[in-house]
Amino acid sequence: MTPLQIVFLLVAAITLFSAVMVVSIRGMMHAALFLVLTLMGVAFMFATLGSRFFAIIQILVYIGSIAILIIFAVMLTRNIMDAEVASLNRGWWFFAPLALLIFASIVLVLSSWSAFATLRDLSSTSGENILEFGKALTDPNGFVIPFEVASVLLVAAMVGAVYIAMERRGGRG
Amino acid sequence: MIPLSWYLIVAAGLFVVGIFGVLTRKNLIGILMGVELMLNAVNINLLAFWSYLYPQSLSGLTFVAVVFVAAAAEAAVGLALIISIYRRRTTVNAEEINLLRG
Repeated sequence: MTPLQIVFLLVAAITLFSAVMVVSIRGMMHAALFLVLTLMGVAFMFATLGSRFFAIIQILVYIGSIAILIIFAVMLTRNIMDAEVASLNRGWWFFAPLALLIFASIVLVLSSWSAFATLRDLSSTSGENILEFGKALTDPNGFVIPFEVASVLLVAAMVGAVYIAMERRGGRG
Repeated sequence: MIPLSWYLIVAAGLFVVGIFGVLTRKNLIGILMGVELMLNAVNINLLAFWSYLYPQSLSGLTFVAVVFVAAAAEAAVGLALIISIYRRRTTVNAEEINLLRG
């Protein structure tokens, strides 16, 4: 057991625990805060994988904007539901074993794969090459089409979100 | 020296917890949080495969970037829809939203 492995196991346990809390805790505000903890754990995993860029992007985009957006939505839609109604629907006792079954089958299928236990000394890697990545995103022979499609998707989502959430006075609401 | 399998197992766990949340949460925002967990699990998998198997390739990184953009777009539109629904029905309970029921 190297120190990195111990830290990894600790962070993985915290991440999975807070993920379970996200889907099971009653108050939505607490769920949103546990979601932030989960996202921090995922950012740690990105960093240990040698992807510094995406670890930072994870904190910026997920914790900095998506989690804050979710917290805003929780505060804007607060109602009596938090207190007395059950937070899970009636089928949860059916879905919990189903989820465990899916997990077991994923692990079973993966463990029969030859590259499952690949070992690599990640401390020697220099991380991703941001310069090459940026050039590839704008290179016609590289990934310019996925990049442009993602840009159009982002603009369309932004316009759509503004239009949907806009309060119309005198109209159909 | 962490084996690839650890990352894959953690990602599978996160994904399954996300599925459970999507299927069982009553609150619409809770369902959205489950989707976010699933997208994060996918990102861990993509970066683990990139880092262990194809460290020279840039396709994995591009895929992760596209997943990030899709997650941001999904969160923005989803929360706008939730706020719009809340304004009309004053509820975020998925079982009470039955406008389209025949």
